[in-house]
Amino acid sequence: MAEFTLKIRRYDPQSGEAPYWDEHTIELEPHRSVLEGLLQAKAKTDGSIGVRCSCRAAICGSCGVRINGQPGLACHTHLDAAAARSEDGVITVEPMGNMPVIRDLIVDMDAVHWKKIQRVTPWLINKTPIPEREYIVPRESMVDVTQTAACIQCGACVSDCLTMEVDPLFVGPAALAKAYRFVGDPRDAEHESRLKDLSEDPHGIYDCTHCFKCIEACPKGVAPMNQIMRLRRIAGSDHHIVDRNNGHRHEAAFGTLVKDHGLLWEAELLPRSYGGDSWFGKFAPAAGLELVASLPAITKALLRGKVTPMGALKPHKIPKEDLAAVQRIYDVIESRDERIELNLYITGTDAENAENPVETVAAAAPSAGDEEGLTR
Amino acid sequence: MPAYDVLIIGAGLAGQRAALAAAQKGASVAIMSKVHPVRSHSVAAAGGINAAVNPADDWRSHAYDTVKGSDFLGDQDAIEIMCREAPLEVMHLEHIGVTFHRNEKGEIDLRAFGGASMKRTAYVADITGQALLHVLYEQMMKFHEVIDRYEEWFVTSLVIDDNGHCVGVVSRDIRDGKLQTFSAKSVILASGGAGQCFKPTTNALICTGDGIAQAYKAGAPLMDMEMIQYHPTTLAENGFLITEGARGEGAHLLNSKGERFMEKYAPNKMELASRDVVSRAEQTEILEGRGVGPEGSGIWLDITVVPKRRTLEALREIVNIGKDFAGVDITREPIMIQPGMHYIMGGVKTDVNGATPIPGLYAAGEVACVSVHGGNRLGANSLLDTLIFGRRSGEHAAERAVGMPMPTASLDAQRRDEEQTAEILSRPKTGRRVSEIKEELGTTMNRYVAVFREEAGLQTAHEIVRRLKEEAKTAYVDDKGTVFNQDVLGAIELDYMLTCAEAIVVAAIERKESRGAQFRTDYPERNDAEWLKHIDVSRNGAETPHLSYSPVTITQWQPEERKY
Ligand SMILES: Cc1cc2nc3c(=O)[nH]c(=O)nc-3n(C[C@H](O)[C@H](O)[C@H](O)COP(=O)(O)OP(=O)(O)OC[C@H]3O[C@@H](n4cnc5c(N)ncnc54)[C@H](O)[C@@H]3O)c2cc1C
Ligand code: SF4
Ligand code: SF4
Ligand code: FES
Repeated sequence: MAEFTLKIRRYDPQSGEAPYWDEHTIELEPHRSVLEGLLQAKAKTDGSIGVRCSCRAAICGSCGVRINGQPGLACHTHLDAAAARSEDGVITVEPMGNMPVIRDLIVDMDAVHWKKIQRVTPWLINKTPIPEREYIVPRESMVDVTQTAACIQCGACVSDCLTMEVDPLFVGPAALAKAYRFVGDPRDAEHESRLKDLSEDPHGIYDCTHCFKCIEACPKGVAPMNQIMRLRRIAGSDHHIVDRNNGHRHEAAFGTLVKDHGLLWEAELLPRSYGGDSWFGKFAPAAGLELVASLPAITKALLRGKVTPMGALKPHKIPKEDLAAVQRIYDVIESRDERIELNLYITGTDAENAENPVETVAAAAPSAGDEEGLTR
Repeated sequence: MPAYDVLIIGAGLAGQRAALAAAQKGASVAIMSKVHPVRSHSVAAAGGINAAVNPADDWRSHAYDTVKGSDFLGDQDAIEIMCREAPLEVMHLEHIGVTFHRNEKGEIDLRAFGGASMKRTAYVADITGQALLHVLYEQMMKFHEVIDRYEEWFVTSLVIDDNGHCVGVVSRDIRDGKLQTFSAKSVILASGGAGQCFKPTTNALICTGDGIAQAYKAGAPLMDMEMIQYHPTTLAENGFLITEGARGEGAHLLNSKGERFMEKYAPNKMELASRDVVSRAEQTEILEGRGVGPEGSGIWLDITVVPKRRTLEALREIVNIGKDFAGVDITREPIMIQPGMHYIMGGVKTDVNGATPIPGLYAAGEVACVSVHGGNRLGANSLLDTLIFGRRSGEHAAERAVGMPMPTASLDAQRRDEEQTAEILSRPKTGRRVSEIKEELGTTMNRYVAVFREEAGLQTAHEIVRRLKEEAKTAYVDDKGTVFNQDVLGAIELDYMLTCAEAIVVAAIERKESRGAQFRTDYPERNDAEWLKHIDVSRNGAETPHLSYSPVTITQWQPEERKY
């Protein structure tokens, strides 16, 4: 048994008062969850603490909160780990972000999360004819979409999505992961129209700013950002959808910039997105408009130290041999007949997994400094 | 006042399946749940769903396994219906989007499960319940214009009219605390089990037997309430479930001497004997001093014998549970488990269409007792039960509504419930805390009404439950507000749990034999001559439950000795 202090963000809409912090000391084994801590405080001292919960086992998706500022499930966070991560050993628990608070730790998921889910036509549209028995589909395809079907709709990814903070209309990580669940499903008849819809929506798949927050937040390995990237690849490369927002070219610009310079060069990103790799295209008027439109996101990124102004304007330099290694990776991958999609749900973190595609790529690309590796 | 042809209480698998079926029949439908539908406890089901979809299989074989699993207490007409309709239901689920795991040929793959004579369990990794529940909810979103959803509404009472018909419900909008009466031609209870009467349990915090208690209070009989399933593999520490799928994939059970002790108890099926048999074997090993762990109260479950790749692909969730909740890497070392309360075979008595003896009231899923599970449910038969009887009750309730005038539910029940809430809020601080009473109930039930039972212990349990019922009347709550007042709901749920617990205990005292999950050390044999019958528990206006019997329906399979 050990003692822990929970600092809980409370809010009672009926009191007419602003939210406040409320501290409780609880006693539990260190590997018990923050949820168990909250429930002990509720049971022993204050039954009015509002928190949604049911399964206690990270499967029902009820208990999404922010712990020490990070979104996640209360039942999936150990007390000792949470205490260790906080600066003063006090575990702070707050409601999730990007959604209105109803009371204490309870947020209005209907107003945000579920609306966005409904937005992506979240049901299978059957390929016809519907067979009498099951659809015969490749084994891998079902395992693949199970990664996104494993989403428990907890909202943790929505809570801290950077894009959603600046653009509340962004369809968002969970809903887009849900969209992949159908686009990746060989039984669905509407892959193309789904992709077109989400490409052309200015708040769709090209609105994501790759901040990785949703991958970090997700307790079920759904990796929403990866699914968004897969949607983009399928939309752009397989269905050749040129979206109104120029997102696919913008995406391609990321790829070619890294290929040419080894690192991202932010100042070159927009011009290249509009002109592709040609020099004239950089003067496309739309590029300027887009730049203005992206100012809030860029400012936010600057404020958070994600990019520095100097760093963004100058191309970044990396050692020549590193650049060569990067370019080798491109060669290896681009020369493949088949695109290998990384599915975390199957590969997980298991280093011993022999068919892990990450390892295959790493093995095929010679390490930096390798003499032979320098010649292209 | 809102009024519907069919009003469904509970949005787990049974409730959502019923809603779809009723809507397809053209009825006006609403579905109501105290948590958002995808938070329903069905989401936790791991292992899979049984159906004889393999052409080499036969539904009769599935039915026989189920009858045998039930220790011949299951009603064979209902079991036949469930097993015969199972393959079609699984295909329907596949068509609406469930990502069932495939074999190399691209067909639905099947895994082995306890008590089954062949591989018959379709699955989605070990998140089958989640996969099914979320797909049904996709259908709710698809048909949102046809099916009204009341999410985070807590039903407090059934409304029964002067003719004894069920004509609606009273429900509390959790968001603002207001009570509302709903009228309905038919009400379907699909509000799940009562696992929280026990501690520890594999069941979620919301499984508080609300529907069982509400039906009982409205005068409907309960059946098979003594039959409480203890699952053989729950985490010693907190009661979490390790799916039977683990043993289905080949995992072993070992005692402190490293022996696969199931050899002694079930030489043919070993770890895959039916659950009551395996749990009893484990408990016997523990009682005879061959348990593991500091107190000798556990058993090793060794999953390292399953190929690692397979474990990571098909048992992903328990890899995580082992890591996150027990600090064990199950691919490298055995994990300590013990039998733990898991499922309630009994419930509101229904016919094969889900109809209860109260006209207009239906029940389906874990809240109901058809009885397809009898004395012991086979793993992966419960999801099937929720879907088959959920659908049948939805269809039947919709058909009943055709041509029937819409009743108007009286507001008396709502007034009563309003008074009850006000009374709870006004209780003085001198009472015990709700959480304390709940804790004492759970540990009492788990001590005396568990794998092995005997008269004196059961009587003690009954006395304690009766005392707790008195104490619950003055239990104190902190929260006096109306927005998301979970405290007041907790007090109401406590009352439901105590009602269920009493029914369980009196039925266990009544059955003086050992059958299925009920093992009486003072009556260790099965006694078909006297006890091949269901025990019904009903209120009949009296304070203590009234007991009666109903016959077991036997169609093709005569009772025989049960060996695994
Ligand atoms: C950990 C675990 C694993 C399992 N694995 C399997 C498996 O692999 N295979 C299998 O066949 N079975 C399995 N089971 C059993 C199976 O999951 C359940 O029996 C089944 O899902 C019950 O479904 P249901 O629809 O009857 O109820 P639930 O899913 O429990 O739904 C009950 C619904 O009723 C609502 N409700 C309750 N009270 C009220 C109220 N007062 N007012 C309004 N709404 C209310 C709830 O909000 C919820 O929506 C498992 C069970 C557990 C605990
Ligand atoms: S990666 Fe994209 S979707 Fe994910 S949190 Fe960041 S902006 Fe949102
Ligand atoms: S993607 Fe992950 S974090 Fe987002 S809702 Fe689903 S489970 Fe939660
Ligand atoms: S309580 Fe179910 S996810 Fe945390």
